[in-house]
Amino acid sequence: MSINEEVELLRQIPLFAKIEPSKLKLLAFTSERLKFKADEELFHQGDIGDSAYIVIGGQADVILSTDRGEVVVSTVKRNDIVGEVAILCDVPRTASVKAKEDLEVLKISKDLFFRMISEFPQMSVEIMRELAARLYRTTDQLMRAVSQN
Amino acid sequence: MEPTIYKYLLKYSKKQQVWLTVMAVLSFPFLYLFYELPKMIINDAIQGDPGDFPVELFGYELDHVPYLITLCVAFLGLVVVNQGFKYYINVYRGLTGERMLRRLRYELFGRVLRFPQPTFRNMSQGEIIPMVTAEVEPLGGFVGEAFSLPAFQGGTLLVIIGFLFYQNWMMAVAAIALYPLQLYIIPRLQSKVNLLGKRRVKLVRSLSDRIGETVQGVPEIHAHDTSQLERARFSARLGEIFVVRYEIYRKKFFIKFLNNFIQQMGPFFFYSIGGYLVITGGLEIGTLVAAIAAHKDLGAPWKELLGFYQRQQDARIKYETVITQFDPPGMRTVEHQENDPSGDETFSSTLAISGLTLSDDQGEPIVNSISANLDLPSKIAIVGRPSSGKEEMGQLLARLLDPTKGKISYDDRGLEDMPEAITGRRIAFVGQQGFIFNASLSNNLYYGLKHRPQTTLEREGEAAEQYSEFVEEAELSGNSVMDSEADWTDFSVTGADSLDSLRLEGLRALKIVGLDGDVYQFGLRGTIDPKSTPELANKILTARYSLRDRLTAPDVADLIETFDQEKYNHNASVAENLLFGNVVGDTFDMEALGSNEHVVAVLDKIGLTEQMIEIGYAAASTMAEIFADVPSDHELFQQYAFISADELQDFQALLTRVDREKLVDARDEDRKALLSLPFKLVPARHRLGLIDDAVMDKILEGRKAFRETLPQEMANAVEFFDAEFYNSASNLQDNILFGKVAYGVPKAADRIGELISEVIETEGLYDSVAEVGMSYDAGIAGSRLSGAQRQKLAIARAIVKRPDMLILSESTAALDSASQSIIMENILEEFADRTLIWVLHRADLAVHFDQVLVFDRGAIAEKGTVESLDREGTLFKELASDG
Repeated sequence: MSINEEVELLRQIPLFAKIEPSKLKLLAFTSERLKFKADEELFHQGDIGDSAYIVIGGQADVILSTDRGEVVVSTVKRNDIVGEVAILCDVPRTASVKAKEDLEVLKISKDLFFRMISEFPQMSVEIMRELAARLYRTTDQLMRAVSQN
Repeated sequence: MEPTIYKYLLKYSKKQQVWLTVMAVLSFPFLYLFYELPKMIINDAIQGDPGDFPVELFGYELDHVPYLITLCVAFLGLVVVNQGFKYYINVYRGLTGERMLRRLRYELFGRVLRFPQPTFRNMSQGEIIPMVTAEVEPLGGFVGEAFSLPAFQGGTLLVIIGFLFYQNWMMAVAAIALYPLQLYIIPRLQSKVNLLGKRRVKLVRSLSDRIGETVQGVPEIHAHDTSQLERARFSARLGEIFVVRYEIYRKKFFIKFLNNFIQQMGPFFFYSIGGYLVITGGLEIGTLVAAIAAHKDLGAPWKELLGFYQRQQDARIKYETVITQFDPPGMRTVEHQENDPSGDETFSSTLAISGLTLSDDQGEPIVNSISANLDLPSKIAIVGRPSSGKEEMGQLLARLLDPTKGKISYDDRGLEDMPEAITGRRIAFVGQQGFIFNASLSNNLYYGLKHRPQTTLEREGEAAEQYSEFVEEAELSGNSVMDSEADWTDFSVTGADSLDSLRLEGLRALKIVGLDGDVYQFGLRGTIDPKSTPELANKILTARYSLRDRLTAPDVADLIETFDQEKYNHNASVAENLLFGNVVGDTFDMEALGSNEHVVAVLDKIGLTEQMIEIGYAAASTMAEIFADVPSDHELFQQYAFISADELQDFQALLTRVDREKLVDARDEDRKALLSLPFKLVPARHRLGLIDDAVMDKILEGRKAFRETLPQEMANAVEFFDAEFYNSASNLQDNILFGKVAYGVPKAADRIGELISEVIETEGLYDSVAEVGMSYDAGIAGSRLSGAQRQKLAIARAIVKRPDMLILSESTAALDSASQSIIMENILEEFADRTLIWVLHRADLAVHFDQVLVFDRGAIAEKGTVESLDREGTLFKELASDG
């Protein structure tokens, strides 16, 4: 797949929808395109985060390891972005991400990610929207977990 | 050193000075004849009364014309003789001067090596360097002429004046009438210039000191935005120098003006008085002409003498300002520097310290009358707060510092009586920051074994001649005649019996300090010459095959794309795919392959040229689009762009200049630039989609054509990839890989690193690779190594020479704590039956030592075993619990 196709793909992701193509090209060009095999880890909970990943193809599980063992909290698929929390707020990886099948991703470095965010306010808004949605989901899950107990 | 330059040069060049003076005196009779002859030619031969001929000359009768011819030939002969004298004297003078300069520089350098350590606190290299190099340079010129020039020019002057007096005393008096005036004024003006000269020397010295300091402190300057301040300071210094130099010029040229004016007074008198005398018949015209000629010649030596006077003053000042700097108090003796050990001095039974005191510049004691007796061998820890005198104590014990008072004795022998040949071999010292020289790792590691030449280098033919000339001249200048090119490494002290086993010793020392892994990494990135080390090359090939076998396992199969003559390598650049080899030398410039005739010929042959130019255009416009808004110094550029920021600007201009549809008509250099661009593309990495399968097939075709049609003279410019041969242009790792690390495979580099380590482990290649790593170049002051690597190397250097006593002064303080404890453990084991004195940066580390000296304010506050000291109320306990 060439850069132009990657750019097309990035444009379908809400986060990057409003960014001009030449910037997306820069993003694609300076990002590493990685192929993971099933069961390979993208990163591990507790590691220092240095990059975010955009899924191009395949699926991956987001796994939380707790005192009671590992829990799959969600699954990411094509057009999803994963791993941005750790680079946004400089905390260790909050969960592990493991390929569920053959997986293809674009690895965006922390520097580049910040550069894009600071240059394109629209991207920050999208990130906020995404994070807020996640926060809502998590709270929702927590509520349900509490009421079940 | 001799207090004045005259004493110095009389001491070392008396013979030459006498000889030069003798030669000068010998030349005078010929000089006199040279001035006498023109008068004879004009008065006797040309204007002579024909009736007087034939005349008798040396028993021959000569007619008028033959007489003239004879005199003229004699004149010509005298010209040759006089110029011959001049030539000989000048060359001999140069030789004498150069020898003296060489001697002086050598002596100054030797003195630097005898300076007591504290001198370097007040004297920087920025001051020392110009003194030894530029400042003494004019002294060489002066030495050659110190006696001979005044003798020769003074003599010449006297001869000419004598000649003038003999001709006509009045004219002679007229010619030199103003000399006394000059002799009165010039020295007075000159002394002012001298003072300015002295000032200039000092200012330039401090300027170079300033530059040296700036270069050393450059990170601080950038970190604190003080480059304006530094430039302003520099400007101020340059301003001072400017004023002084300008003043010197003004004074110098005023002196010149005055000189020339007085000089031209001579002709004035000749024309007026001499002319009057000729008209009135009191003087023959020939005499006047000869007198004018003689006076003209009088100007040259007189000028020379005045110039000499200026240079002499200059040399005197330079010599005196330099040598006062090179005679600091407490300088070590020549014997200390040169003497060889007399017997088997050891440091094995006792260490006695009595009344040891070391004071700083202000006379404040740093180490204050310490006395102690210690049995050796022993493990001694010295602890204390910073600036408690413990670090100085370490240096005193190693004789890097000399005590102000008191004495250190090893085995009842005073340390102050031991030459460096003992202290520098039997004791090893490493401070907080060991210095690493700009040489290979092995040269740095074995630096402590190079005391005297160990072998005699056999030279033949021209080299032998040059060397014997070197020795002869070196002796004449009092320089060292030891052969710097011989092998100085004395492996015997390390317990090794050959250079080969020395390598094992070196590796062992590296392992003790934990540097072997780094050196192994250097080795992987190092190259070897398969011709000189065929065995290792073969082993590397075995490793290559072994790695290939491992790569058949499915989980690692896609890590490396192996080079295959018949396949396009997606992880290699287009250039690598076409050339299919490594470039050697600069026949093929990877940045401009489009300008290479052979490459273009191959592209033409396979019909790819136009398409490549189109690809180049497309690549350039994509890069221009992507990086349009990225600042040119941004790291994105360096990391990802395959063209530099400067080039991108050129390409942007090119893109607007050249029409995509009419690339054929573009200017030749534009086409070349575009053609060069696709060669840098790596399809798997850059993913621009420009190199399609059809292009790849053609490049494979071109690969064959490139090799087959490679002109003979380029045969050595490419080292082709060949699965069965070691590639001398690649490093060890690439030779084992024989392919490209695949892009897009997570953690490929790490996983390959592990694979290679496994292969090297099973093939038993670790030591060999580390050995290759030993030839890694450390860079200026070890700048190509990290701080930790430098320090570890410095410690290994101290270990490999097997000293009786190792003194470490907070040597591991800057290392990470894991390395610290491993190194301490290893060194304690290595020195199990030798003496180890360790000035510790953390008191709690003292538990591993036999005895502890606790320093407080320059004195030993507590002393004993750790058990005896580790109780409440002791300073040791307090220091140890502070961590």
